[in-house]
Amino acid sequence: MRIRSHPIIDFKKRKELPFYFQKKRIVGEEGDTIASALHAAGVRTLTKSLKYDSPRGFFCGIGKCSSCLMRVNGVPNVRTCIAPLQEGIDVQMQDKLGLLPEAEFFGKPKKTLQVDILVVGAGPAGLCAAVESAQQGASVLLVDENQCVGGQLIKQTHKFFGSKQERAGTRGVDIAQELEADVRKLQNEGKIQVMTDATVIGYYESDKKHRFGIVQRCEYQNALFDVRCDAAILACGAMENMLLFPGNDLPGVYGAGAVQTLMNVYGVKPGERVLMVGAGNVGLIVSYQLLQAGIVVDRVVEAAPVIGGYNVHAAKLRRCGVPIQTSHSIKEVCGQDKVEGAVVVRLDENWKPIKDSEEYIKCDTICLAVGLTPSTRLLSQISVQYEFIPEAGGYVAIHDDTMQTSVKGVYVAGDASGIEEASTAMIEGKIAGLAAAIQLGRSKNKKLLAQYREELSQLRAGPFGEKPRIAKQKIAKMRERHHASI
Amino acid sequence: MRQYEKTGILSQKDLQIPSEKQLQKGVAILECVQEIPCNPCVESCPVHAISMKDINAPPVNDFEKCIGCTKCVSVCPGLAIFVVKVKDRTAWVTLPYEFVPVPKVGDRVKAVDRTGAVRSNALVKKVIKQGKTMVITIEIDSDLAMDIRNIRV
Repeated sequence: MRIRSHPIIDFKKRKELPFYFQKKRIVGEEGDTIASALHAAGVRTLTKSLKYDSPRGFFCGIGKCSSCLMRVNGVPNVRTCIAPLQEGIDVQMQDKLGLLPEAEFFGKPKKTLQVDILVVGAGPAGLCAAVESAQQGASVLLVDENQCVGGQLIKQTHKFFGSKQERAGTRGVDIAQELEADVRKLQNEGKIQVMTDATVIGYYESDKKHRFGIVQRCEYQNALFDVRCDAAILACGAMENMLLFPGNDLPGVYGAGAVQTLMNVYGVKPGERVLMVGAGNVGLIVSYQLLQAGIVVDRVVEAAPVIGGYNVHAAKLRRCGVPIQTSHSIKEVCGQDKVEGAVVVRLDENWKPIKDSEEYIKCDTICLAVGLTPSTRLLSQISVQYEFIPEAGGYVAIHDDTMQTSVKGVYVAGDASGIEEASTAMIEGKIAGLAAAIQLGRSKNKKLLAQYREELSQLRAGPFGEKPRIAKQKIAKMRERHHASI
Repeated sequence: MRQYEKTGILSQKDLQIPSEKQLQKGVAILECVQEIPCNPCVESCPVHAISMKDINAPPVNDFEKCIGCTKCVSVCPGLAIFVVKVKDRTAWVTLPYEFVPVPKVGDRVKAVDRTGAVRSNALVKKVIKQGKTMVITIEIDSDLAMDIRNIRV
């Protein structure tokens, strides 16, 4: 199940790390997560559902959902899709609810940190926000749930679109390294603190400053931090949408991004034959990357009558012989404890299934590329003004053109502020980072702020920018209304 | 609705097609017809043959200026630029390739069109590594010059 030969990434054999799964010895590799090591060994079922005992595999692959929770060295509810593999660990499937651990896992004392700006999420938006604020002279704490910074850039092996100054023509993986180098430089100068493998767990009562709780994991145990800051930039990203159909919970039904993580970050094949659901850019790009990893893509089905993603991405797939079927969707997934096939069905002009148009296809993996939902749980807890905007992908925080929410000093950037893509996320991050620095009196560069805004509106000017354009217009309108009502 | 929005496959009527004379010297065919925010091809062109009105406009190639240098082929994030040169009954198509294994000069490979169908054999004439993208020139029959856009090794 390991990818050894790849046109873009060099997957060398790494140091072997033996560990135990259900008392059985399995050998993973250095750099694996627990779930990627299990997957490489052919283990797709990580847990069972609470009520019906149905097998569950991971879905999101990036620590956003809960279908990979396992018991590791006696500690329950470890998110194995992002937890690093270590030699000799004991991994167990959880029997129903996670039992309280025998081991003391909250033993470390609370530490207090004071910073100017807390940045939550080290993806394209968060990295750019942190760099921008720190360059303006603010002290910054950058927190991310993953082992490394870069967010979803670390799995984007394709070259980015956009303008030359926004790194167009550079692969996402390389952009992640460039941004990380910027952060490390500022870290060495003492301007940024970086905390990885850590989760911001909540927003707390405080007199003056904003106050957050952060849990950093170490050896599957936790240390609690009490963080006080004058401003917070929430760049928490998004999570992939699920689609309703029988069998959608079987191990082997993954978010397209999860599959991209598994193959491009950990070098593990998700399966041998894939059905891709959704022909937006994510579905098209991940399909092509599956081919690059030596995996067969049976076809791409798309419920809409037209392909949603760029034609250049669709054309790449077509000339590799992958069919794209518009007005088609998945009806059900077949298989007992794992995916063994799927039924696809043709849709009429009202998106209703056409009778007797079903076709069975043999595959072992289903990828869902049916949109994303902004991750806004932390924002909702801060009680920022919060609205449902379909074009933004769901509930989003209402924000102004400096990315500030209705709560002073709380900013939002990237997919968490409305689903878009990495180039615009980077600019939004810069805007939020600079605006926060200006608010704290660390900078006066309003001209640069205007320049970033101009770049952003240029990238959104075309027909493919219509959805985010509408979303941002609605957000601006709601903000005016909210302001008028105070 | 345009056909390619449904199929993903461009036809020649969607494209800017060079004259026979322009094809003889070799020119870049830009198979990028939608308004997407992207401009590296413009920046890469040493003779300023490729232009666009703004960052969202589709690129336009001035075939008279284009020297068929293939610089834009590896730069295009959409892998949508091909250089085509025709002389008598022979054509050379230069295309971006991001798969393993990478063919060697002198190898016989399958020549594949925009639909993914194998149309003929092709001889690999040139292989250049541009970062992680391979820029490969193949030799085929001139009748297929405007159809062949991929290879199968």
